[in-house]
Amino acid sequence: MSNYQLSHLDELEAEAIYILREVFAQFQNPALLFSGGKDSITVAHLAKKAFYPAKIPFTFLHVDTGHNFPETIAFRDDLVKDLGVRLAVGSVQESINDGRVLEETGANASRNKLQITTLLDTIEDENFDVCIGGGRRDEEKARAKERFFSHRDEFGQWDPKRQRPELWNLFNGKYSQGEHFRAFPISNWTEFDVWQYILREKIEIPSLYLAHERDVIWRDNTWLPVSEYTKLREGEKIEKKKIRFRTLGDITITGGIESDADTVEKVVEEVSAMRQTERGNRSDDKRSETSMEDRKKEGYF
Amino acid sequence: MEILRFTTAGSVDDGKSTLIGRLLYDSKSIFEDQLEQVSETSKRKGLEHVDLSLLTDGLRAEREQGITIDVAYRYFATPRRKFIIADTPGHIQYTRNMVTGASTANLALILVDARNGLVEQTHRHAIIASLLQIPHMIVCVNKMDLVDYSEEKFEQIQADFKEFAAKLNLKDIRFVPISALKGDNVVHRSEQTPWYDGETLLHTLETIYISSDNNYIDPRFAVQTIIRPHSDAFHDFRGYAGRISSGVFRKGDDIIALPSGFTSKVKDIYLGEEKVEEAFPPQSVTITLEDDIDISRGDMLVRPNNQPQQTQDLDVMLCWMDDQPPRPRAKYIIMHTTNEARCMIKDIQYKMNINTLSRIEGDKSLAMNDIARVKIRTTKPIMSDPYKSNRVTGSIILVDEATHQTVAAGMIRREK
Repeated sequence: MSNYQLSHLDELEAEAIYILREVFAQFQNPALLFSGGKDSITVAHLAKKAFYPAKIPFTFLHVDTGHNFPETIAFRDDLVKDLGVRLAVGSVQESINDGRVLEETGANASRNKLQITTLLDTIEDENFDVCIGGGRRDEEKARAKERFFSHRDEFGQWDPKRQRPELWNLFNGKYSQGEHFRAFPISNWTEFDVWQYILREKIEIPSLYLAHERDVIWRDNTWLPVSEYTKLREGEKIEKKKIRFRTLGDITITGGIESDADTVEKVVEEVSAMRQTERGNRSDDKRSETSMEDRKKEGYF
Repeated sequence: MEILRFTTAGSVDDGKSTLIGRLLYDSKSIFEDQLEQVSETSKRKGLEHVDLSLLTDGLRAEREQGITIDVAYRYFATPRRKFIIADTPGHIQYTRNMVTGASTANLALILVDARNGLVEQTHRHAIIASLLQIPHMIVCVNKMDLVDYSEEKFEQIQADFKEFAAKLNLKDIRFVPISALKGDNVVHRSEQTPWYDGETLLHTLETIYISSDNNYIDPRFAVQTIIRPHSDAFHDFRGYAGRISSGVFRKGDDIIALPSGFTSKVKDIYLGEEKVEEAFPPQSVTITLEDDIDISRGDMLVRPNNQPQQTQDLDVMLCWMDDQPPRPRAKYIIMHTTNEARCMIKDIQYKMNINTLSRIEGDKSLAMNDIARVKIRTTKPIMSDPYKSNRVTGSIILVDEATHQTVAAGMIRREK
């Protein structure tokens, strides 16, 4: 029987594809949350495999903070074109212009939390009953308790204490009017698994993940990229460093690490020896010990 | 590298968090910033040691109350295997979480305090592991340092456990004397236990043979969805997407579609974009057939000479998971493989005392965390196998039609 053995990547892939097909079968109008980051790119790749030779039957939804890495947007547009899927964009800038949200002020202002309103508004406008995300349980401790099929009430809220038990491979996607779901097909993957999979499958990723020269400033223990939104604080100076990003988000809060890993092979090697979590470079998660849980309860990704 | 999924259950006192912390730490799966955060919180709480349970207890309520409420999933890997831990709380009010964690596990890790020997909670964990048919079990006799690494103590606990387990359905039980705190026999062999000639805990986890845990005998394929590209290149393509529940499907195999009874042959098997000769559990594939027959979600492809039972009357061992008891004559949605029907609980035959395995007769009520043998009547036939031989086609959940909560999980028993 030993030839009927799956490697960890094959088993994770089989599980993720099963979840994606359950989402398609159990829901009416699914969206795939696409940020242009490696996790959502991986989910898109899995979705392609899950429905081959048909097209991916999901709308791609990008919640755009307006503070993007230009590379991410170019990558997104190419991929959407290549896959032949529809792209819906929820714009945080529009939410601000419409007076739906107020821009944060102060030294650590970011648009991270504002995304929640834009996301929930877009879900309502587009009538999505499920949003597929690239969230992983190893990312953050609040996520460690997340279900594959995660129920959201009519306010888009996550109630961690009233989560539905999930057993075997039976996923309950039933909801009442106004409620919706989040689905996380790569829940059981670690950062390392994702990188190994990207390498094995030769998945294209934005060049930002690979080491490159960039103007940066040192802030909050991380190398923050210099962009048109950067306001230098006292004592800060712009330096040129060879860095790469472990996660991609809003350009104003996503820090990079110094690295020489300029190929996916080298990144895999580097990640295997990494001693800091990938979200350690995200100031959105540093606000408090339960900041992820708090945002998730309100409807965050 | 394969995946081993194991479940742990226990309370703070028996050293479960310390053990998980050690496995994660020694396999370098805890990151520095995580450890720093946990150390800081431990200090703020006035603790002298680093409380590793804070790594798994992520929710605000859990951190406030110092208890694990929910199943937490943790990940670590060694060069040999990737491990997924379903870490569940051990108290009786969390039976439902233990059952949830156990449902996907290859192995149950049970901790026994060497000073106290078997306690009620040990029995409960073993009974649940047996009910859920977890294929392997490792009993860690922990805190050996506090009993002077006594071989006698270890032997006694091992004998007690074996005596108790004789009543259960556990196939593979191993015992390891450890100290999670000091690290004895967890990752490295201990010099304190020269009398122990078995493997360390981690070595056992890395090498225990799990590839026969799946059922490769009875081919079952529950259809999730139909793939119809409607494109020029694949004009007439009609593929059945699903995951192999059990058995092996090969190109050219004769199959019968249930419940319709139409027969055909496997034309092609797609694994992603590639065609493969055969597929086995737990692969997700797309199967095309030689004939155009009517098949939809919930149908099952099997071999004509090896068919599951089809019945509307199920004999089920049920774990009730909702805080509300069943309403009188309530109807539920039963979810089984990719199939769904309506159903009702016709009779509660007996409840089980999950600390002693004894039956409670005559009590017809069901409350959260109760485990009971029940009769269920469904609106249409369910194509199932006994849970004992097939964990995929032998399991069900019940969903409340009004609240849509998952209210119960069940294991199908063999039709009499």
